[in-house]
Amino acid sequence: MLRAMIALILTLSFLSTANAQGGAAPDRSATGGAQTLGDIMTRQRGEEVDNSFRSGATGDASRAADISNQLGTLGGNSDPELWRALRFGSADITASNTGPAATVLIQDGGMGWLKFREGPLTTYGGALLMGVIALLAAFFMYRGRIKIDGEKTGRKITRFKAIERFGHWLLSGSFILLGLTGLISLFGRKFLIPTFGHEAFSFLAVGSKWVHNNVSWAFMVALGMIFVMWVAENIPHRTDINWLRKGGGIFSKGHPPAKKFNAGQKIIFWSVIVLGVSISVSGLSLLFPFEINMFAATFAKINATGIGGLLGFGELREVLAPHEEMQYAQLWHSVVSFVLMAIILAHIYIGSLGMEGAYDAMGSGDVEEQWAREHHSLWVEEVLGEANNVSETRKAPAVKAAKAPATKTAKGTSAKAAKVPATKVAKATLANAAKVPVAKMVNATAAKPKKVPPKK
Amino acid sequence: MKTMFIAFFAIAVIAVGANVILKQAGFSSKNSTSGAAVRLDN
Repeated sequence: MLRAMIALILTLSFLSTANAQGGAAPDRSATGGAQTLGDIMTRQRGEEVDNSFRSGATGDASRAADISNQLGTLGGNSDPELWRALRFGSADITASNTGPAATVLIQDGGMGWLKFREGPLTTYGGALLMGVIALLAAFFMYRGRIKIDGEKTGRKITRFKAIERFGHWLLSGSFILLGLTGLISLFGRKFLIPTFGHEAFSFLAVGSKWVHNNVSWAFMVALGMIFVMWVAENIPHRTDINWLRKGGGIFSKGHPPAKKFNAGQKIIFWSVIVLGVSISVSGLSLLFPFEINMFAATFAKINATGIGGLLGFGELREVLAPHEEMQYAQLWHSVVSFVLMAIILAHIYIGSLGMEGAYDAMGSGDVEEQWAREHHSLWVEEVLGEANNVSETRKAPAVKAAKAPATKTAKGTSAKAAKVPATKVAKATLANAAKVPVAKMVNATAAKPKKVPPKK
Repeated sequence: MKTMFIAFFAIAVIAVGANVILKQAGFSSKNSTSGAAVRLDN
């Protein structure tokens, strides 16, 4: 393994030699200093052409044809010189509006951004989302809805308080709105104008921008709430390794033990926090244009690490024009959003269609006890173990069973639960205890689960 | 369910509120990119 790593690093470090090309300045006398056919062909091949012979050719009155010539200039300044100055940013422009964008009439560096936005970003971003939907559909066809294995007890355990559910729905409601309006902003012109026409799309796009810019504040507030409320229970734990190794039990029989949040949920949590903060920061940069510029400094730091030389992409530019900063911010914002949308699609699936009993956690806040025992066995023990007289469990009104001795099984084993009237329930609970070895270890602190051979 | 609808209502309140507050505080694009010399409203 180590040797493979060394081989990989050495190979990557030789990538830089692939880019070692020099070149003498091409001869442009045939066109009198303007671009030649060679320049055009080079550009068409996708290679870079050094434009300094053009960007420098501005404002030189002596190069202009005389006013009395047949194709002479008006007033001694040549039009091509003027357009070159506008294109390469050296023209002297005054405008009555202010800000870095006001005096940029042609932004030469923007073509790269536009091509990326209309090309790879829309193609791969769209493909990612459609691919995830297809994968989830295929999974559903193969595995179906994950049902509760054992018999439902009819009892409920409170999983999420009202404030937690409020925070979640504030986050998810705003995320849906932001995602949809973001997708309209990116794909709208290409797909919605042909469908609905310019007038209808304009109305939709203006509204979409309003929603996107203003709902973002609700998202940021909710992100903070969620972090504060749930970070403690999302710190990685030893049980997560076991849960991950068993794939969460999604393809196998049996349920690996888990605390309040299993490893899969912790991945979702940290994805939302990290990616959400990244989206929020780049989004704030876009909300207050030209004021929060982060890419130039980031590129400077990357250059300082020397990774450019190692991987062969050379030095990143450390001085970025204002428009370029905004363009990088927009691209970063879109790319990270696509990734988060893909992850959240899977989260929505598993929390609604994918798993019976999961939605209740966020819907009413109270989950079926059997569901909890199967999917969050350690959490159930913590919750019920603490209960002495004040039990956190509530019976569902429809169940007529008078007593539920299982609720008091702080020290009890599943053998006691077997005394609940219906023998079917008893067998199911015992069977589940067999599947969930840690169910026996109620006395042990929840922090140290031990593997116990299944009880016969 | 109820909590969900309260949260959705909160989204609307925050969105409208943020819009109003930012405009009043002078963060609209009209304020940040133009001045007295620019006639934007007619």
